[in-house]
Amino acid sequence: MATVELSLTRRELIASVLGAAVAQSACKDTQPRSPVPGAIVDRAVHAGHALREGSLPLHTGPFRSVDVAIVGAGVAGLSAAWRLAAAGVQDVVVCELEAHEGGTARGGRNHVGAFPWGAHYLPTPLHDTGPVMRLLHELGAVEGVDARGRPHFAEHVLISEPEERLFFKGAWYEGLYLRAGASAEDLAQLARFESRMAAFAAARDARGRKAFAVPVAHSSDDGEWTALDLLTMAQWMAQAGFTSRRLQWLVDYACRDDFGTTPESTSAWAGVWYFAARQEGAGGRAEGYLSWPEGNARLVAQLARSVTPRQWLRSTLVHTLEPMDGGCRVHAVDTATGAPVGLMARQVVFCGPRFVAARVLAPWRKAPPAWLSAFTYAPWVVANLTVSAPPQGRGFPLAWDNVLHESRSLGYVVAGHQEERQARNGTCVLTWYYPFADTDPRAGRTRMLSAGYEEWEALVMADLLRPHPELAHTAERLEVMRWGHAMVRPTPGLLWGEARRAAQASVGAVHFAHTDLGGIALFEEANHFGVRAAESALADLGRKVESWL
Amino acid sequence: MNRSLLFVSVLVIATCGLVYELIASTLASYLLGDSVTQFSTVIGVYLFAMGVGSWLSRFVERGLAQRFVEVELAVALVGGGCAPLLFASFTFTDAFRVVLYGSVLVVGTLVGLEIPLLLRILKDQVRFKELVSQVLTFDYLGALAASLLFPLLLVPRLGLVRTSLLFGLLNAAVGLWSTWLLAPVLPAVERLRVKAVVVVAVLLVGFGYADRMTAWSEEGVYPDEVVFARSSPYQRIVMTRGARGFSLFLNGNLQFTSVDEYRYHEALVHPAFLRAGSVRRVLVLGGGDGLAVREALRYPEVERVTLVDLDAAITSLATGYVELAELNGDSLKDARVEVRNEDALRFLAEDTGLYDVVLVDFPDPNNFSLGKLYTTRFYGLLKKRLAPDGVAVIQSTSPLFARRSYWCVDTTLKAAGFWTEPYHALVPSFGEWGFILAAHTERPHVRELPQGLRFLSRELLPTLTLFPADMSPLPAEVNRLNNQVLVHYYEEEWRRWN
Repeated sequence: MATVELSLTRRELIASVLGAAVAQSACKDTQPRSPVPGAIVDRAVHAGHALREGSLPLHTGPFRSVDVAIVGAGVAGLSAAWRLAAAGVQDVVVCELEAHEGGTARGGRNHVGAFPWGAHYLPTPLHDTGPVMRLLHELGAVEGVDARGRPHFAEHVLISEPEERLFFKGAWYEGLYLRAGASAEDLAQLARFESRMAAFAAARDARGRKAFAVPVAHSSDDGEWTALDLLTMAQWMAQAGFTSRRLQWLVDYACRDDFGTTPESTSAWAGVWYFAARQEGAGGRAEGYLSWPEGNARLVAQLARSVTPRQWLRSTLVHTLEPMDGGCRVHAVDTATGAPVGLMARQVVFCGPRFVAARVLAPWRKAPPAWLSAFTYAPWVVANLTVSAPPQGRGFPLAWDNVLHESRSLGYVVAGHQEERQARNGTCVLTWYYPFADTDPRAGRTRMLSAGYEEWEALVMADLLRPHPELAHTAERLEVMRWGHAMVRPTPGLLWGEARRAAQASVGAVHFAHTDLGGIALFEEANHFGVRAAESALADLGRKVESWL
Repeated sequence: MNRSLLFVSVLVIATCGLVYELIASTLASYLLGDSVTQFSTVIGVYLFAMGVGSWLSRFVERGLAQRFVEVELAVALVGGGCAPLLFASFTFTDAFRVVLYGSVLVVGTLVGLEIPLLLRILKDQVRFKELVSQVLTFDYLGALAASLLFPLLLVPRLGLVRTSLLFGLLNAAVGLWSTWLLAPVLPAVERLRVKAVVVVAVLLVGFGYADRMTAWSEEGVYPDEVVFARSSPYQRIVMTRGARGFSLFLNGNLQFTSVDEYRYHEALVHPAFLRAGSVRRVLVLGGGDGLAVREALRYPEVERVTLVDLDAAITSLATGYVELAELNGDSLKDARVEVRNEDALRFLAEDTGLYDVVLVDFPDPNNFSLGKLYTTRFYGLLKKRLAPDGVAVIQSTSPLFARRSYWCVDTTLKAAGFWTEPYHALVPSFGEWGFILAAHTERPHVRELPQGLRFLSRELLPTLTLFPADMSPLPAEVNRLNNQVLVHYYEEEWRRWN
């Protein structure tokens, strides 16, 4: 069997992607090891690039007539399908480029169990209102609602303790904030930061809207807070005198984890939103996080129950939307056979990101909309590593989320953590996350796609062998998913600037839904915009429905 | 050449030789149990290996003195390292017996070489009659010294790991010292001394780390002799035997001691049976040792007992280990008993039956996996499986040593919608121990205690629910899957007593 040796370029690769500390310990590890067998599992890159080249032929007819065509079966598209089904609209087609639905909330399964390929948890909503709560009721995740309208969630879907641990200089510590060795000043700054965030959480505008709410659309647009959108989070931290390195690490981690950005590239409004939107302020807090072994793929599966087999058009690349009187022509190809597909839809719900919309919508292809360049997307890599024994390590025991303080990765999640089975010395799947937050997204994308399996294997293992040397013997298989445009980046100005507002507007019979319209890549945003677009389509179809939003 | 000093060397190496043999035998019976077999086989193999060594000595033609020193150093290294090596191989590999008899063979062979070589070195300087008499005298004196020192001083004071390393050092010292004693007949004295110093240094470093090595191994963890030890996929199972009977430990935590387990199991089982409307269907969660089942089977009305214990290694120990099977009265072989090796939480989530009595007898919540079995999630599922007039009982750690933990279990049961009645009993091996009855509504006594109990009586029962001030209720949070407060309480409270 071949062994992995660290060439100079590989060290540089590790240093540039994961940071000097990881590269340094990878170099210290002189023992050659056998590479972990596995593969890169993303496939749709080529199809997407065919779209960019604009070389796909238009369908000439005949066109199948449908009431609503949904393009994209991620959370936004499936939320739209769910909303339409609830309104009784049956003449619907859902087009999805991939063979499986879910988009970046997809999950996978192997002989050990289920695991996520992307989004993997949902913070509990504060109130029993809105479409996300409706979905959670459908899923049986809600046990009751208290007198103040706050939902109580089923214990087994709330993430079990131990929830988080942090690896720092050879040992694991409980939680995400490194308390061990923190100075009095560090702790004072943390307390001051937390009380600032609690104040932001409690803030309401004159109309009673929360200053920072989920989804973003429910937040106040009062300039008192939206002014923060003009600063970066790093600038806001500096202005507020938050100089503690530990606190800065926490904020940096939060930005990378939720947005795929660094505080230097994140809007301060978004940075504050991360800490303030999930709590009521004044003592009230959300119950925690909901998760499942397959991550948010559980929510995807629940939404997808509203799509009948006849409504699906999987492995179908929609390349042109041609709005016209009475609806919109949808031109697509079957990616398996290359056969052209044509739909004449009375309404279209387009659930791809802005840069795809700009290539697909015929009028925009000729004259790209002015807002296009405001939307940028962070590339991410998600890797699933099957191991024959759960990793342990010195200090706090194995948790759901296991974060590495000195690495630029986000660490790993134990996919089976929520399984109701007593931990045993058996196989499990570790889901490793890495956002390209430190580089320009385009450069990150190039680097991500130019690195093949061998490089990604070396990167993932360099990162994980540092806390867990035993993985050299227990790692069984590694699968790597490279997401070119995983998450919209809430850069300064995106959330409260003109571009996002303009991009939300429908074009003729084409309505848009995607997390990027919210400016933050979260389930709640995708769901909000999916339901919103479906309701716009319903209105245009002449259906009177009460809004779920 | 100073002959009397050489005879002192004989005394030392003879002592060392026997000490290694005793270490190997003791360690084998400590870890594998059945000391007669272990001592007998180890001594047999060791003596045989000494014979092999003596025979091999004939092939040593030249450089006798140098070979002797080298053999000393080799014995020092292998013999001195044998206890840590054996403990490590037991803990980290599956090849303990191979390592055991392999190292006994090697040490025995090397020790077997010592005396023949020494006799030949001295044969030109001492008359044969004197030589044989003196060497063998010191040899047997050394054996006597070892066999007296080992049980009286070495094992109690130093433990096996340190004893092994100490005698390795003595062996190495003899080697080093011999380079002076035998200097006239040694060709490359310097090189031998360097080797000897290296061996001494290695053993000294080992001695310095002896505490850490002991912590790895189980030496010192158990107060009594280990008679059974096995690692299952879930836990480390150890049984020990001592003056107070035998005891079962899971991951180092005492589960019962035979001398007073009846107090614990009578207190666990009967108060629930007295109050249950019917006792036909019994569910036991945990308690794979079969002792709670033994108590349950005292009631002739019991038709079916379902025992759910995750670990098949425990339930097969309960039926297959003679003394334990005697203690539990072969309860798990009773036709009314069904044994299921499943996770209890899973079982409750998937099972559809109703039970009149549920006995929940898990180890204390000292880690997050066990903590899950004390949550509202678990008790919510339990409530669905409890018949309307059924009664459950939860072993709930000590209300004295872990007071908040105990009341946390009570708070959690109440949060899950149960009526509860906390009570406690003194189990000398454990101390004051706590239990909590749980039912849908308050239940009166509807049944009499069975005959033949040694601890509980009708008069005693009301006193068990009285809690003195130092065990009285404390406010505690509800233990949920997503906070696991109980594990934190428990860890904090027990740390104070240990």
